Order: sequence, then structure tokens, then C-alpha cells
Amino acid sequence: MIQTLRKLWRNPGGLHLDYHKEISNTKPVVHVPLADELIIPLQQHTGYKPTLTVAVGDYVYKGQEIASHTGFMKVPVHASTSGTITAIEERPIAHPSGLSDLCVVLKPDGKDDWGNTRLSPYPDYTQVDGETLRLRICAAGIVGMGGAVFPSAIKLNVHDNIPIETLVINGAECEPYITCDDMLMREQPEEILRGVQIMMHIINTQHALIGIEDNKPEAIATMQAAVASLGERRIEIAAIPTLYPSGSEKQLIKILTGKEVPSGGRPAQVGIVCHNPATARAIYRAVVLGEPLIDRYLTVTGKGVAEPCNLEVPLGTPVQHLIEQAGGYTAAAKRLAMGGPMMGISLQSDQIPAVKATNCILVSDVAETEQQTALPCIRCGRCAESCPASLLPQQLYWYARSRDFDKAEQYHLFDCIECGCCAYVCPSHIKLVDYYRFAKAEIRSQREAKAKADLARERHEFHLERIERAKREKAEKLAKHKEQAKTNTDDGKKAAIQAALERAKAKKADAAAAQTANGETSA
Amino acid sequence: MMFNKRTSPYVTGKQDVSVIMRQVLYALVPGTLVLIWYFGWGMISNLLLAIVFAELLEWGMLTLRQRPVRPFLSDYSAVVTAWLLAVAMPAFAPWWLIALAMVFAVVIAKHLYGGLGYNPFNPAMIGYAAMLVSYPVQMTIWPAPLDFSFAHIGLGQAVQQVFAGGSQSWDALTAATPLDAVKVNLGLHKTLNEIYANGQFGLLAGQAWQWVSVAWLLGGLWLLWQRIISWHIPVALLGSLTLMAGIFWMINPQVYSSPLFHLFSGAAMLGAFFIATDPVSASTTPLGKLYYAGGIGAFTYIIRTWGGYPDAVAFSVIMLNMAVPLIDYYTQPRVYGTKRQQG
Ligand code: SF4
Ligand code: SF4
Repeated sequence: MIQTLRKLWRNPGGLHLDYHKEISNTKPVVHVPLADELIIPLQQHTGYKPTLTVAVGDYVYKGQEIASHTGFMKVPVHASTSGTITAIEERPIAHPSGLSDLCVVLKPDGKDDWGNTRLSPYPDYTQVDGETLRLRICAAGIVGMGGAVFPSAIKLNVHDNIPIETLVINGAECEPYITCDDMLMREQPEEILRGVQIMMHIINTQHALIGIEDNKPEAIATMQAAVASLGERRIEIAAIPTLYPSGSEKQLIKILTGKEVPSGGRPAQVGIVCHNPATARAIYRAVVLGEPLIDRYLTVTGKGVAEPCNLEVPLGTPVQHLIEQAGGYTAAAKRLAMGGPMMGISLQSDQIPAVKATNCILVSDVAETEQQTALPCIRCGRCAESCPASLLPQQLYWYARSRDFDKAEQYHLFDCIECGCCAYVCPSHIKLVDYYRFAKAEIRSQREAKAKADLARERHEFHLERIERAKREKAEKLAKHKEQAKTNTDDGKKAAIQAALERAKAKKADAAAAQTANGETSA
Repeated sequence: MMFNKRTSPYVTGKQDVSVIMRQVLYALVPGTLVLIWYFGWGMISNLLLAIVFAELLEWGMLTLRQRPVRPFLSDYSAVVTAWLLAVAMPAFAPWWLIALAMVFAVVIAKHLYGGLGYNPFNPAMIGYAAMLVSYPVQMTIWPAPLDFSFAHIGLGQAVQQVFAGGSQSWDALTAATPLDAVKVNLGLHKTLNEIYANGQFGLLAGQAWQWVSVAWLLGGLWLLWQRIISWHIPVALLGSLTLMAGIFWMINPQVYSSPLFHLFSGAAMLGAFFIATDPVSASTTPLGKLYYAGGIGAFTYIIRTWGGYPDAVAFSVIMLNMAVPLIDYYTQPRVYGTKRQQG
């Protein structure tokens, strides 16, 4: 294996977990046959909901836009195959609180017909300016495929005042069980690298670093070979130590570059942009082939499925269909989650669709009832030792529990990345992360409520102010009128007197003149 | 198929409060065995009494406070407290002394402050210190350590001593502990050389006590190796004690005992690995642990040398327990992506 010698930085905390990667990374990835029904949620990204562009009964081609993106922080959604829209309704989606959301239900006709919906390709992207490419990336519905689903085009919109030094590709894949990025890097290295080149062109940087945990030697070797065969000197593959959560964006940036993203800030502030390999591949396909994002690699794994595997899945495929592809449930199946065991979302039903964010379906054999009861915190500090953000989880827990949210914020609650390390190591089995999620949600809703109240108060004050002003203006006007009236009358009198005087004077003068004239004539 | 919902993480580590406490108990075994070798029945009675009283009191308090009894009783935290007290009390301590010490430890220091996890003071040390202040005579009568002590003080004599309050022949068998001997004799204006000449002292420190300390050290190293405790507290405590002792020893070796003596007589090792490391009452930040334990070491030296008690680990621990909230506040680690703040 070719190894680049690169200085790596140590991040505090972290855990060595049982990875269970070998159970799903041995077979090549297969493309999943179409399910009877695809459920495509309109909102699959962070931001605002795109605008629906189809109606029930419409026939759509593969890759056709079914929701469009005019407006900020909106990303369009496309039909994953050709067929008929049978319903547009609320369906349960993967959400921590089990929410439903508006979904387009598509009945495939089995033809998988693109029609002429493919976007016009840019075979030589170097001739195209960054802005146009970013528009294309947005139009292709591309979002961060590592799970955060932030619109990629926005992440690639960097400002000239902070030049981007390095494009970081997050191939760490540090959660146990998940192997889809591993397989993607092994099977599609060239598409990923071409996507990386496109991104480098857009953000105008000469350096890309692909971080991969060293428990994926094959991915590292394949990617290195692909870099060599492309003759690409600007892209570097870095093997990083396997330590959860090295694949967290901020942690990875620290490990690879030694830079820390400021608290509450974005990587671009320190000259870094970070993307996932699957995103890079999607960008390549959107730009060079003109294909929107309609399928993705994902892992179906855990002791609860018969044949753990990686699949290439049309978006909107129900989880149940994927489980069938993986040989169905085993008798051990006790819990279903989307994502890994440390940060995934627990699902209640397998009727939920796979979306752009879905990197893993994990069916585990640990039942709810096997959970130990939580004991009081013994302040052992193990949570703090394991925290990759150097927080003091036991203090956060204490303040979150006692609803002392100000204190919790002082202890940097919002720098918690919810990695779960602290809860994993806690010998008292306290569900620490739950307390942080609760506190964050409370603080956010308090802030919203406060903002609303502020707005209402402002409005009220404005209203009062308006009444007040109206009154004042009226009073002023009145005063002015009076004043004017007064001056008017004063002036009038004076003028009248003046006029009278003048009239009298004139009379006198007239009389005198008449006398003179009379005298003259008489003389 | 429908599933139950739960929040991540879905996997947890293997550590458990009861596992940790059990490891601490294992680590206490070597030192306890050495104590039993030298003090025979006296140490065994201490241990049995302490554990029985502790569990009874723990059960009683949990019931009174209407807490679930089983998960808490099986966390072994009361056993650890009892064990630490038992090995700190003089061998053949009368039963009521141990009972009273456990009342202070379990009822007052632990449960009246809210139970496991909420006690600001180390329960074992509160029990010990309360007894030392209230019953200084009984607390400082240690039988003279004799090799294989079962032979010297038989079971009958032991039972009589523990439950009936001693017998005539007892006085002849007692002796001052090494720290005590040094303190008293220094008070009589003897030099350390003269004091050491009486044959009560061995290679490192007091004859029996040095081996007890070595055994605590071994148990403590095992705890470190098992990652039950971190290095910060033992290193800082023993380090600051060594530093203080070293400075004064170099100034006048006839009046100030050597660092080695300080480390291996009295409760320095027990304190460094087993007492100051009690997570509940100790500082929790890495830097804070250094200050906290360094403070205990320094205070131990000061009280031993110039204070009224021969050994001072208990008082020092309690004193630094009081400072923990402050220490923790000023030693918060720098959070990722932020500038260094206070401290
Ligand atoms: S790991 Fe658990 S018991 Fe230990 S300090 Fe943290 S919250 Fe408390
Ligand atoms: S979940 Fe938050 S507090 Fe816990 S270890 Fe991760 S970052 Fe630290």
C-alpha cells in the first residue's frame, strides 16, 4: 500500500468501538430492483421545502423534477424512476420525533424511462464558470450525503475574502457498521475524484485532502491508485487513525489540518470546505453526465438482517423493501435505526423511505428492555475524557436536568456534536445525549418564543407609538393652527389699522390737493 | 414490522458503577492482606463489622428515602466506603467505634447529602475524621504490629477486645504508629537519628507500615492499569508530598523526615490511590485533579509536620473537597473551536 506521510493532529477524547464493518463489506454493491411504490419526501435537506411541481395522476419520467427550488435554501427533488404519481400526502419519515411530512408517492411503470429529462451535460467543466456549475449542482438536487444533508451548492459558495486552502473529503466513516462510503470508494474511485476536481474548480483551490480511517485499507489503496492513474498531484489521500468520531466534520478538519472551526462557525472561515465522497460522486454525475441525484449507496446491516450488504438504492424505496434485499429479518431483530449505532435515528416502522440522508439501515438485536436503569452521576469524569469537543458532559447534564439553560449554554451546550461518546462510557448509564437534545430544543423554542414576544412587543410599542404620534401630530397641528390664527389676526389688525391710516392719509392728501387746486383756480 | 423507538447511542460501554466499585475492592485486597498478616483478627473484625454496618445503614437509608434498594445496594459503593474505613481504623477497634464511624460516613456524609453522587465530602474520610476528633484515644491505639499476628493475639482475646472493651494485657501490646512516634519524640527534642534507632523503623519507613504502603501502591497501580482511575490524582498527591518533604528534608534532615518516610508510613499511598480518587467528591477536570490532589499532598505534609495530628490525609481530603466546586469552575478545559477562557 502506498502511504502518504502526512502530519496528523490529535483530537481529544474519542472511543475505540467494536466496528462490525466486516459483516457488510465483503460483497459488491448491487442496484436494488424497483419497489412497488416509491415514497419521495419533498424535503430531504436542511432549509426550506421546495415547491411541488406535479399533481396526482401525472406521469413522470425518471429524473424529472417533482419539486423545484426557486428560493434560498431550497433543493429540488426528482423522480427516481418513471411512473405515475398516485398520491401526494403526509407519510411517516425518518425523524427523531417520528413526524410525518409531505411525500410524493410514485408507482413505477417498470420502464425506468429517462424521457429527455437529463440535464445538458458539461463534458468539459473547466470551460464552465463556478456559478453555472453551482446552479447545476443545486438543480440536480445534491445535498451532503454524509447525513447532514446541507445543500451542497451553498457549501461551495465561498467568498473571495477568505480563500479556500483545502477541500477536505470526509471518507472517515467512523460509525460502527456503516460501510457504504467504504464500498463507494472501492468501486467508484474515479467518479469520486472527478467530482473532487469539479469542486476544486468551483472553489478555486489547489489542494484536496481525502481522509479515510485506517480500518479501510482497501479503500485507501484503491483511492491512491486512482489518484495516481489520474496523474492528479493536487489530491492527497490521508489514512487517519480509527477513532470514533473522527468522521465528524469539525473533528476531521482538526485531525487533517490542525485547524479548529470556530465555535458556532463554518469551516470556510478557516479556509476549508468539507464534503462527503458520495456527494463528490453525485456532483460528477450531475455535471458531466447531467443526472440528478436519484439514488445512493447505503448499508443494510446488523444482527437483525440475514445477509448484511451494501445496496445502490433509488431514493424513496421503503426500508422494508431494502430489508428484503438483505435476506429479510432474523429472529434477533429487535430495533431499527437509520444511521449508525452512535448517532442514528430510531425508526418505529419499516414503511419509511430511504432518502438522500440515509447511509445505513441498522437492525440491531438489543432490545429496549435490556437497557440498564440509570444510576446517579458519580462524577467519575469518564464522559469528559471521551468528549471530542472537550466539553464537561456531567456539568451539561446537571444543568440540563435542573433546567438551568443559561448555565448549560455557558458550558458550551451548543458545541456538543451529539456524538454519544459520553453516554457510551457513562458507568451510571445516564442517557446524557438525550438531556442535551432536550436542553437544545428547549433553548431554541424559548428563543423563538422570545423572538415572537419581542416582535409582538415591538408591534405593540409601534402601535402605541403610532397612536402617540398621531396624537402628538394632531396636537402640534392644532397648536400651529392656533398660532397661525393668532398671527393671522394680529397681522390683520395691524394691516387694517395700517390700511385705515393710509386711507385717512390719502383722504387728507386728496382734500389738500383739492384745496390747492381750488385755491389755484380761485386765485 | 413495528419497532420500539429509542434514542441514540444504541450501544453502551462495558463499564458500570458496580464493575468499577468491584475493581476498587479487588485492588484493596493486597494491602488488606498485609494488614491481616500484621494485625490478624483485628483487621478481620474491622472489615466484617464495617461492611455489615454499612450495608444495614445503606439499606435503612434507601428505604427511608424511598429509593429503589436493589440497584443501589448492588452498586458496591457502601462496601467500598466500609472497606476504606475498616483499613484506616486501628485494628481491634471496638464495635461501637466502627458503628459510629459508619453512621457518620453512610448516613450523614452520604445520604443526608442526597446519596450516591451527591455527597460533596468523601464519606469514609468524614467517618474517620469524626471519630478521630471525638475519640482520639481509641483512634490512636494501634496494637504493635507483629509478624503473623493471629498467633500473638488469639480469637478469644480479639473478641473480648472488640466487644467488651479490652483487657489488662492489652496495653503491653500497643505501640505508636511510626508517624506518631516521630511526632511525639520530635516533641521531646530528639533528633530523627535517635528516633530511628529504636528499631521500630525499617527500610523505607515504619516496619509493618512500609509493607502495607507498598501493597496499597501495587493495588493502585493495578487500578491505573485497568483505567479505573487516571494518573492525575495519585501523581499530583504523591508528587506534592514528596516535593514538600524533600525541600524541608534537605534543609534539616535531623528534624524533617525524608520524602520516602512520608510516602511509606501513614496513609499517603492509601489516600493517593483509593481515597482522593473517589470520583464523587474529587475534582473532575484533568487540570482540576492536579490542583486538588496537589493541595491534599501539601496539606498532608503541613499538618503532619506542624499540626496537631500525626497523620492528616483525612483532614486534607475533606479540606480540598470543599474547594472542588471552585477548582472545577476555574479549570474547565478549552472547548473545541473556542479561545481559552478563565483559568
Ligand atoms: S460518565 Fe456518567 S457518571 Fe461519570 S461523570 Fe459522566 S455523567 Fe457522571
Ligand atoms: S455527545 Fe456532546 S457532550 Fe457527549 S461526548 Fe459528544 S460532543 Fe461531548
